[in-house]
Amino acid sequence: MTMSPAVITRVSFSRRLKDRVVLGLVWLAFAVAVVPLISVLWLVIKNGIARFDLEFLTHSMRNIGARDAGGGAYHAILGTLEQVGLAALISVPVGLLTAIYLVEYGQNRQLARSISFFVDVMTGIPSVVAGLFVLAFWVLVLGLGYSGFAGALALSILMMPTVVRSAEEMLRLVPNDLREASYALGVPKWKTITKIVFPTAFTGIITGVMLAIARVAGETAPLLLTVFSTDSINEDPFNGPQMGLPLYVFDQAQRPNVTAVDRAWTGALTLILIVMLLNLVARLIAWWRSPAKGR
Amino acid sequence: MAKQIEVSDLDAYYGSHKAIEGITMTIEPRSVTAFIGPSGCGKSTFLRTLNRMHEVIPGAHVDGKILLEDQDLYGPDIDPVSVRRTVGMVFQRPNPFPTMSIFDNVAAGLRLNGRISKSEAEGIVETSLKDANLWNEVKDRLNKPGAGLSGGQQQRLCIARAIAVSPAVLLMDEPCSALDPISTLAIEDLIAKLKNDYTIVIVTHNMQQAARVSDRTAFFNLAGQGQPGKLVEMDETSKIFTNPTQKATEDYITGRFG
Amino acid sequence: MRRPAFRRSRGEGPFRFATTGAGVVVLAIMAAIAVFLIVKAIPALQANTSSFLAEKIWTPNATEPKFGIAALAFGTVISSLLALIMALPVAIGVALFISHYAPRRLAGALGYVIDLLAAVPSVVYGLWGVIFLIPFVQGPYTFLNDYFGWIPLFAGDAVYGKSIMTGSIVLAIMILPIIAAISREVFLQAPRALEEASLALGATRWEMIRMSVLPFGRPGVISAAMLGLGRAMGETIAVALIFPATFDITFKVLSNNGNSIAANIANGFGEATPIGQGALIASGLVLFVITLVVNTAARLIIARRKEYSRAAA
Repeated sequence: MTMSPAVITRVSFSRRLKDRVVLGLVWLAFAVAVVPLISVLWLVIKNGIARFDLEFLTHSMRNIGARDAGGGAYHAILGTLEQVGLAALISVPVGLLTAIYLVEYGQNRQLARSISFFVDVMTGIPSVVAGLFVLAFWVLVLGLGYSGFAGALALSILMMPTVVRSAEEMLRLVPNDLREASYALGVPKWKTITKIVFPTAFTGIITGVMLAIARVAGETAPLLLTVFSTDSINEDPFNGPQMGLPLYVFDQAQRPNVTAVDRAWTGALTLILIVMLLNLVARLIAWWRSPAKGR
Repeated sequence: MAKQIEVSDLDAYYGSHKAIEGITMTIEPRSVTAFIGPSGCGKSTFLRTLNRMHEVIPGAHVDGKILLEDQDLYGPDIDPVSVRRTVGMVFQRPNPFPTMSIFDNVAAGLRLNGRISKSEAEGIVETSLKDANLWNEVKDRLNKPGAGLSGGQQQRLCIARAIAVSPAVLLMDEPCSALDPISTLAIEDLIAKLKNDYTIVIVTHNMQQAARVSDRTAFFNLAGQGQPGKLVEMDETSKIFTNPTQKATEDYITGRFG
Repeated sequence: MRRPAFRRSRGEGPFRFATTGAGVVVLAIMAAIAVFLIVKAIPALQANTSSFLAEKIWTPNATEPKFGIAALAFGTVISSLLALIMALPVAIGVALFISHYAPRRLAGALGYVIDLLAAVPSVVYGLWGVIFLIPFVQGPYTFLNDYFGWIPLFAGDAVYGKSIMTGSIVLAIMILPIIAAISREVFLQAPRALEEASLALGATRWEMIRMSVLPFGRPGVISAAMLGLGRAMGETIAVALIFPATFDITFKVLSNNGNSIAANIANGFGEATPIGQGALIASGLVLFVITLVVNTAARLIIARRKEYSRAAA
């Protein structure tokens, strides 16, 4: 048996080299991921700012000739707000109640397990398939026509699983101690859920809902198949074709002249601003809540 | 109003596992009854059958009879929710509602069970906090969150919350095990005071505490791992701690096992 | 003192009914999606005068409708796989960067920057792809074609910006954040004790990651990759703007080729007759089934991992 001398030997050169190389690669990966983000944001701002004016925000494309400059996205912004708002009105109650069922009542029942499985399936539905479904069901079978509401239906299918999963996660974070404390006061289960569990999870749930809204606000494919598209202002989401901001960008980007492409960039800028604003609000709510936990 | 509890031949299960078996005992009103025994002997499970909290756990159920004065708690027309209004409970860890202020915590049981006027709530909150020996410490910050109090204060807040709905019985599941010695002393003083108005049942791992606070003591034990827990004996606390009838009780109390 | 009234609470029934009902609505929607897509696809499939599975061309609006999924399905799979091959190494690097390399205080903010990539709407990526990326890639593509043309993938007489490759690059950017986010989560879950054990043995940081973080995270990364693949296959608008909408089956990813089921739906919907719409719905059904298979595989891998980690705990 040989005694090794008690000195600290250096790590071999090849091992140190490997460590360094990986360090470099990992930094490089991050840089590679950030480059397209910067490029996209830079081009959207640079090209979008030119037409980001009052006319763009307050006018539609009605009576704007194929090669004309001018015109705006008011009809599209209005449509997006209505469609996303309606989608939230449909999917948030259903999503929250489903999450409550899964966490509080489902336990390990067969029904709960199949709902949970199909929520996962729903998460993976391509957005264009959700649009096709509403097209098949609402427009073709029921014959109710293209409308903002049909678009909202498609968006709500995409929102629902996100709302269920995030609300479920937040409800599961509520300590069981609180439920037991409430039961021990003789409070019925449904009141325990609505008055104790739900308020405790509230800010987290709101964050999840905002992120879900931000996600569907940028969806184009389902709108293409359900709201049709129009150049005019249609304030009524229940009747006739509407426009949506993502759809507007898609539409303008395909028109073969510079004025349209300019409008597409400005539309993209407006859309990103709306989506980022929703994201920011969601994160502010989450951030505002986290220090409260320690207090 | 403090009430007597009579338990006869009670078994409790988690799914198919029998956790306690054949428990028969009488719990006297206006007194403190302590449950002691080694871990896993079913004393907490038994405590939770007394206000039907046991069945909150999926798959848990109970066989047998528990009479609160003349009413069978497990009778066919009885809603477990209303049983818990009459038999209150304090838990091992203080668990004030984090979204509520101190005031709202104490008023929670009343408000969630029906509308009450603001002045009525104010009166009840004040008496409950006074009964819980907490009023002087919190009267100037009733609108602050309950979670901001120290552990011992939180536990007294939970006791105030439990007595605000004026139950007949107060169950305490190791109420001091998460607290420091000074807070423990405060809770023990409180228990001694509360027994004038309530039937109190306390589960404790601390035998000195059982000896200090209780009038009667029940010793639970189990024959072995996976076996159901049973009541070994129950008597005046002084007798259990000085001259128990059963060998197992004496072994446990003198620290020879458990 | 009031006498205990041991009555049942009236709100319990309706509330429970509402929550269960909402859950059932979710099931009903899923069933309705399957049923209505099939119902509207059948007439078109019956009118089809060629094989839906083997046919490459797509002329459902003609008086003798001919359409098949072959070229579209191929395009969907190859562009998504290519995107995954490009995105996966970068995503793993990003995930490791955020979980183990970035300064602690910055990690949260840098993670948020990556999440921002996911927040950019797909139509914006499409616009960026058409206006910026297509002209930009001409040079690099020519280089690849000149020097690596002997690899079949980069072969061809000329290179085009509107190609499978460009679509795949955009898809790669779009699925990168989801793969990175899930991988980051599993890397962060690697047991601290295991990491410290390898460091205590004198391992360098990379050796520690290779010994304890990567093996632990492998199933999570695989399922993240599958979820990313599913996402890429269903992605519509960005590729609808970039692909030249051809109906060939070719591995020459730099040539003027490329299409996918989703892109074809977006591009073909405007001029579709009722049979044409039915044909698009039938293709959507195929897309639905493919993504369902990929996503379910991903979830099975996650579920197995959960069982494993529970057994280990």
